[in-house]
Amino acid sequence: MSSPSVISFVAALTLVMLAVLGKVLPGWCVFLLVTAFAKGLAALGLVLIIRSGLLSFGQGLFYCAGGYGAGLLMLWGGVNDAMLLVLAGGFVSLVLGAVIAPLLAGYRSIFFATLTLALSMLAHGALTKADFLGGSDGLNLRPPSFLGFQPASSAEAVYSLYLFACVLVVACALACKVHFNSVRGLLSLAVRDNEIRVEYLGSSVKRVISENFTAAAFLGGIGGALNAIAVAHIDPELAFWTTSGEFVFVAILSGYLSVSAVFAASIMLEFIRSFSSQYFPNAWQMSLGIFMLASILFLPNGIGGLLQRRKKRLEGSKIA
Amino acid sequence: MTAILEVKQVNKSFGSVTAAHDINVSVKQSERLGLIGTNGAGKTTFVNIVTGYVKPDSGTILLQDRDITGHAPRSLTREGVCRSFQVPQLFLTLTTAQNLAVALGIANGRAYSPYATIDAEMEQAIDNLLERFRLADYREQIISELPGGVRKLIDIAVAVTRKPKILLLDEPTSGVAAEQKFALMDIVMSALDNDVTVLFVEHDMDIVSRYAQRVLAFYDGRIIADDVPKAVLENEIVRTHITGTAG
Amino acid sequence: MQLVTTILIDGLIDASWIFIVAVGLTLIFGVLNILNIAHGNFYAIGAYVAANAVGMYYSGSNPPMLGLLAMTGAALAAAIVLGPLLERGLLRFFYHRDEIVLVLVTYALFLILEDATKLIWGVNPYYAYEPYGLFGNINIGRMNYVGYDLFLVGLAVVIGIVLWLGLNRTKSGKVVLAVIHDREMSSAAGVNVTKIFIVAFTIGVFLAALGGAFTAPKISVQPGLAVMVVLLSFAVVVIGGLGSIEGAAIASLIVGLARALAIHLAPWAELFIVYLVMAVMLAVRPQGIFAPTALRKI
Repeated sequence: MSSPSVISFVAALTLVMLAVLGKVLPGWCVFLLVTAFAKGLAALGLVLIIRSGLLSFGQGLFYCAGGYGAGLLMLWGGVNDAMLLVLAGGFVSLVLGAVIAPLLAGYRSIFFATLTLALSMLAHGALTKADFLGGSDGLNLRPPSFLGFQPASSAEAVYSLYLFACVLVVACALACKVHFNSVRGLLSLAVRDNEIRVEYLGSSVKRVISENFTAAAFLGGIGGALNAIAVAHIDPELAFWTTSGEFVFVAILSGYLSVSAVFAASIMLEFIRSFSSQYFPNAWQMSLGIFMLASILFLPNGIGGLLQRRKKRLEGSKIA
Repeated sequence: MTAILEVKQVNKSFGSVTAAHDINVSVKQSERLGLIGTNGAGKTTFVNIVTGYVKPDSGTILLQDRDITGHAPRSLTREGVCRSFQVPQLFLTLTTAQNLAVALGIANGRAYSPYATIDAEMEQAIDNLLERFRLADYREQIISELPGGVRKLIDIAVAVTRKPKILLLDEPTSGVAAEQKFALMDIVMSALDNDVTVLFVEHDMDIVSRYAQRVLAFYDGRIIADDVPKAVLENEIVRTHITGTAG
Repeated sequence: MQLVTTILIDGLIDASWIFIVAVGLTLIFGVLNILNIAHGNFYAIGAYVAANAVGMYYSGSNPPMLGLLAMTGAALAAAIVLGPLLERGLLRFFYHRDEIVLVLVTYALFLILEDATKLIWGVNPYYAYEPYGLFGNINIGRMNYVGYDLFLVGLAVVIGIVLWLGLNRTKSGKVVLAVIHDREMSSAAGVNVTKIFIVAFTIGVFLAALGGAFTAPKISVQPGLAVMVVLLSFAVVVIGGLGSIEGAAIASLIVGLARALAIHLAPWAELFIVYLVMAVMLAVRPQGIFAPTALRKI
């Protein structure tokens, strides 16, 4: 099994490798990875919800709240530090999530999905009408600084942003990975499998769902804030249902078994998007749809299931 | 000795069907009760009412003289009223060990810390339970791949993790091959501590005679007989309506 | 008083086309247990084919009233092609999977059809205004209404009644209700579930396409229709209770009136009033207005 020290070592190694990779890859590619990481963080939150058996079609709400939280702190509060901005974005979404979670925790399946969708669309509608927040055009942000370091060139800015994103991603992935292996992680799966038994063991299903939803909101907020400082722009589209749809896509493609698969799937989505929009701009949604169908059909447990099968085979061959 | 569980004047109907009619039962600690009756006679409703799955229309339920009427399953479980199910309620995609880990984790609080893993002490507790219920062979198997009889046992083992004062077993031997029913009941009864009060729903009168000290016979939502097994099974009304041995 | 009447009638007109589309969604959910995200695409496709049909029909010297038949025919043709094709060719491969997987399959289908529509009809708007003048103008009180809008209200009522009678008063309708109630039992009792699935899905597609076809004369038919419509029908179906025709009717009225209220009294709220209503209704009645609450047997 993966012990905490092994996981930490792998995490440190991953971080070093990512840092080197960022030096090698072309600039557009590095930037694409940053946006993929931002989306991956939000999708990772969605995976937490999926593990307790629910699908949210409104994860974009927290992505949006995180983006606006960070953006407004920069514009109104004069804060430029990336870490502070991201934490603020995460905090705003965390509070929002904690308020909404108990209201949502009584709903299941399609009702949960549609209600999360409705809340997200409410925020989208309200933001487009809120002129002091830029209305439907949104707001432009300034370039961020990193712990007092202000990048001079644009290449430097992209790489600093990338390094910062890598640290965030590895930290969050590490936290989630350890959590997935914990008893509490199993309890989420238990809620998904059989709520009646969980209640008859003396635990509260609503509490489990609320906690997962709130943690998911926090991850969504961090992702949204990272995205906001990366593209230096926030607008209501972040809460539109198509944004949430992308998180659903990533979560389904990755499956709920592996953390790294979430980021692999997110990177894959960003590459499909940039590739298709370049070569067949009018059919990129179509390629996404076909890709999604194929992965539901051929990878029922997502990329994570594939990774796990491979790992099992390797372990099996070791014994043999 | 005072009663651990008292059910007083409990009524429950679903639409026009009366599932419980003036039910009065007093159970002493460590008593073993068999609940018999045809399908729809009100046995499962009785179990469901005592464990909080359905609320009675009227009446009171006392646990060690405290009123627990209408309490939710969650709080009843915490107070020591636990149950197994006619259809085992388990976490189908998890292994036997993981099912027990969740159960134990809820009981000891480890399931509430986001990063607490299954430690050596928990592993030990899981092994003990598996040993007591003769389930060690199924430790790493996923529930959905296990046969019904094994699931029945796991369902009971999971319920026992809460160290119940009262354990209600809803048809523990249904769906188990006739020749294995006694073996299963032997395992269950020897795995339980002697001071646990056990109420079990059962159709097989041989099982009831062997494992119950007292029998409640249900018919049409009423308790028509409440006595030692021999007396109940020889009761004329019971023989007419339940065992079909009147003659 | 004038304003109240206006809001009521505008709401009623809005509710009528929403009902036609949403009742198709609720039918598909009731019978096949699929929450079809691609439902809005069938609406959009219906609008496009109707716009084409109207264009062709009115370029000749045909009797104007029969243009309505051309629109219906176009919607029917679209449904007969798409319904069986998608149910047999795609959806049935996922019936044994989780219901949430089926939602995602229809989401993928939504993405595919969204672009397919653009590839076929392009991104420029189509207009099919000719039928809009067919019924002239009608005065109610001091207000002037377009006859076609009131005709839509009548159409919605007829569709609702026909569907309800078809399900509750005919033999095959009762078989469908049996399938809705218990799929496995009906299958065991010799009901041809496959056939019922194909027919119900196709009727659902037809209703969406019909809704699109008959709104085409009122709007400019262009990309983006599907999203708006599917979100509206979702709201209706969730408010009314999944799988309930009566619920869909009442929920359509609620949604239509809420939209009319917003447009007249608080235009800034038009974009999200529907979601607000949906959130409030769900908070009050989590299962929708007309859905039974069942206790799981343990």
